[in-house]
Amino acid sequence: MKRNHSNKFKIVLIAAALALCVFGALSGEASIVFTKAATICMECIGLD
Amino acid sequence: MIKHLRKIVQAGWGLLSNGYIKGFLPGAPRLYTGALKHFCVPGLNCYSCPGALGACPIGALQAVLTERHRRFPFFVLGYLAAVGLLAGRFICGWLCLFGLLQELLYKVPTPKLTVPEKIDRPLRKLKYLVLAVLVVGLPLLYRTKYGAGLPFFCKYLCPAGTLEGGVFQVLLNDALRPALGALFRWKMAVLLFCIAASTVVYRPFCKYLCPLGAFYSLFQRVSLVRQRFDSHVCTGCGACAKSCAMGVDPRTAPNSAECIRCGECQKVCPVHALSFGAGKNISSKEQIVS
Ligand code: SF4
Ligand code: SF4
Ligand code: SF4
Repeated sequence: MKRNHSNKFKIVLIAAALALCVFGALSGEASIVFTKAATICMECIGLD
Repeated sequence: MIKHLRKIVQAGWGLLSNGYIKGFLPGAPRLYTGALKHFCVPGLNCYSCPGALGACPIGALQAVLTERHRRFPFFVLGYLAAVGLLAGRFICGWLCLFGLLQELLYKVPTPKLTVPEKIDRPLRKLKYLVLAVLVVGLPLLYRTKYGAGLPFFCKYLCPAGTLEGGVFQVLLNDALRPALGALFRWKMAVLLFCIAASTVVYRPFCKYLCPLGAFYSLFQRVSLVRQRFDSHVCTGCGACAKSCAMGVDPRTAPNSAECIRCGECQKVCPVHALSFGAGKNISSKEQIVS
């Protein structure tokens, strides 16, 4: 029984983390990530 | 259970998440630029790989932290926390291409090295330092004269980026070659060292340096999906601990920060005392030792 409660709590935590993720995406972070990921990253390659 | 299930999943996921074939063809633009690049994959996978269909979570985290106007990275941290809370380092064992590459290199028939515990223990902490300093601290605090920060981990250390982004882009893109200099040589040296080390030590980058593995390890003890140990059926033969290439004894620490949830120990246990699961299927006899 106790274990089921703890699993429910974990599911709530996962949902809360996802909510933060959605909040971040809507406040413009997804576009920052996209801009970086859709351009060849000089630092990843090792160009000064 | 399919015998090579994990390898199939690892390779399948690696191919799927780097499935932009056009990026590898002559004359094509060398990067996928579609909408999927808004989203991170769960493992370390460079977004500059010509085939990459998603973003790298560690690169994405640094991208937000290095913004001119500092902001809290809700998007990437929320995502990483959700993945960590769900499965912890299961991602390392099953869904990371760079982890798979190291495993394959370990199959090269060279003499194998067991790092003495006195060196191994402190070295394992290094990945947390990499996460704190190169991924979070310096990208957040340091600013160039133009006002933006630098992704220190990508720039100075990440061998996955050098391989998937650097090597492929340089091979496919003539225009990049004249620009190669000391930094590229340094990054190649780190990559070659990791490759050589992986042939003698099992997953050395994952054990000692990877900031993503370090992040997910923080959730090992609380994640929903976890490893369960039934002490009532364990005969104490020790086969599980002997089989673990990450140096974990799953009898005493089934959810150790170093466990990549590969399940190899479960395969060798003659009495099935170890299993993965969430609480739902737990029998009353079962114990969880964390
Ligand atoms: S260099 Fe490494 S951390 Fe940076 S985006 Fe590429 S794989 Fe990710
Ligand atoms: S530790 Fe890092 S490189 Fe290794 S499998 Fe995990 S995410 Fe991938
Ligand atoms: S304890 Fe088992 S599941 Fe964890 S890393 Fe070792 S062999 Fe893999």
